[in-house]
Amino acid sequence: MSNAHDATLDSGLGEPTDKTRRNLLVATCAAGGAATAAAVWPFVASLAPSERTKAAGAPVEVDISKLEPGQLQVVEWRGKPVWILRRTQEMLASLKQAEPKLADPQSEKPNQPEYAKNESRSIKDEYLVVVGICTHLGCSPTKLSEAQEGAGFLCPCHGSRFDYAGRVFANMPAPDNLIVPPHQYLSDTRLLIGEDTKGA
Amino acid sequence: MANETTAASKPKAQQLLDWIDARFPLTVLWKQHAAEYYAPKNFNFWYYFGSLALLVLVNQIVTGIFLTMNYKPDANLAFASVEYIMREVPWGWLIRYMHSTGASAFFIVVYLHMFRGLMYGSYRKPRELTWIFGVLIFLCLMAEAFFGYLLPWGQMSYWGAQVIVNLFGAIPVIGEDLAIWIRGDYVVSDVTLNRFFALHVIAIPLVLLGLVVAHLIALHETGSNNPDGVEIKKNLDPKTGHPVDGIPFHPYYTVKDIFGVTVFLLVFSVITFFAPEMGGYFLEYNNFIPADPLKTPEHIAPVWYFTPFYSILRATTENVMWVLALFVALIAALTFFTAKSQKARISAVVVAAVLIVGFFTLEAKVWGVVLMGVSVMIFFVLPWLDRSPVKSIRYKGPIYKIALTLFVISFFILGYLGVLSPTPGRTLVSQICMFVYFSFFLLMPWYSAMDRTKPEPERVK
Repeated sequence: MSNAHDATLDSGLGEPTDKTRRNLLVATCAAGGAATAAAVWPFVASLAPSERTKAAGAPVEVDISKLEPGQLQVVEWRGKPVWILRRTQEMLASLKQAEPKLADPQSEKPNQPEYAKNESRSIKDEYLVVVGICTHLGCSPTKLSEAQEGAGFLCPCHGSRFDYAGRVFANMPAPDNLIVPPHQYLSDTRLLIGEDTKGA
Repeated sequence: MANETTAASKPKAQQLLDWIDARFPLTVLWKQHAAEYYAPKNFNFWYYFGSLALLVLVNQIVTGIFLTMNYKPDANLAFASVEYIMREVPWGWLIRYMHSTGASAFFIVVYLHMFRGLMYGSYRKPRELTWIFGVLIFLCLMAEAFFGYLLPWGQMSYWGAQVIVNLFGAIPVIGEDLAIWIRGDYVVSDVTLNRFFALHVIAIPLVLLGLVVAHLIALHETGSNNPDGVEIKKNLDPKTGHPVDGIPFHPYYTVKDIFGVTVFLLVFSVITFFAPEMGGYFLEYNNFIPADPLKTPEHIAPVWYFTPFYSILRATTENVMWVLALFVALIAALTFFTAKSQKARISAVVVAAVLIVGFFTLEAKVWGVVLMGVSVMIFFVLPWLDRSPVKSIRYKGPIYKIALTLFVISFFILGYLGVLSPTPGRTLVSQICMFVYFSFFLLMPWYSAMDRTKPEPERVK
């Protein structure tokens, strides 16, 4: 650093700048800067999820044999509530009625794996599997009873409404339909959430 | 040797002081910042809040240190450790209530301190940097309050953090990864709690202290503003060289501030002892329930001091975007027809065009986050928005008085609505208030220039 000081002082006094020294100075600063930037990286990277955290995000297996029609089961996957709703015929019928009022009725946005990009947003019509977190700001919506008008799900934080396929109604704070997590059926009654390639 | 003998004849205390002064400028600093820091003689009620903010800062640091001695930053232990402090640690309840009441008191005092600045033009030249350091302190304070609020690990702590961290998730492309990076997990978890603890007790307080020092150094460089907005340094006593309208900070204002401190402590103690929850505003009732990641509380609201900004976030819905576009177009048109430089005109049009295109391409949610950020950040540019020839509201015209009144009213309404759950009616009111809020700042270059001001007096009254 004292070199830097001398160099500027010299030129300030009208003496010619020593080009070699100046170049060495610039090179030293550049090397030092690069080293500092490299030293910052471990600190930035240490804030990312750790190996243990990642492992805790492993897939979960769910037994859905005891789920009654109309019943909602909540399982935890990656610390998020995943809903498994066994839909009644009335619920499935209500999906069609809701369509004109929805923001994205065809589920154009990639909020679901390919195998769930259909009218009921599910592999099997009867079972809806979605992450129960509002796409607005991450609150957990509540299921409305079917008796309520235009029933579905209501987010208590900012009033977003979703139908029984997790599709959001138009002009709500939530921009997107609820997210369908990757999942697959291991058998008729066993569901694996978090992974969708059999045998993997 | 001769020096030593004369020094020996002085009193012991003076000898010690001389010894220190030869090694550290103690007397110089004392004179510079207290005994010979000349402050305007006409400080009024509004000038209490700077020193009170310093007092609350000390309160937060001292109580905070003692709280960390018993608090456990662990998702399984945090909630119980706070209850342990409340029920079993001797006087723990008092220390914790002083800390929680202090948090709200900090914001009350700082909001009043900032309002003083808005009234008397304390942000104007040459005090722009004092103001900017102040806004940075305000930002640190918000970060400090936000990180600290997660620590009790109650339902409101948890879901409040969840909502705010997810704000970053709204940023296009990088948002989701950024949110994971901030949390260190896929949801708010033990990892998040641990790092928020580190930020709350070490990182932010360090920055905060540095900024407070910078704020004071900048202030003492320019000298304090006053309710008349007149520079007292323009009128120096030819004999002493001190401002004729100035009085030494010590003892005059130290005594005045001590009086302020006693009144403040009276109110502070009443709240701490008799109403520490303040009807759910200082400590929210839902936060007495341990955090449950699988169950969102019926109603999530931030603590009162964040609600004005939170309301702006909520008010930005799909159907308000065209009004925003009109507003931006209006500002751009005003700039285009009044700005003198060609560069300013072109950039106004370009910025407006980019914003308007953005309003209709990106989701309203993203703009809600942006506007909430802007509603805080906009304070930074205030010194350059005000074109009035006078500083103080005493000599400003009716337009500024009305503008400031409307701004304060809209700030209160936004704050009130932010506590409540949204209904279509309330959303409409908060949207109107949001426009009033932004108009106060963004229309200021024009209304402050056209306002009918009174001439500033030569000396303070």
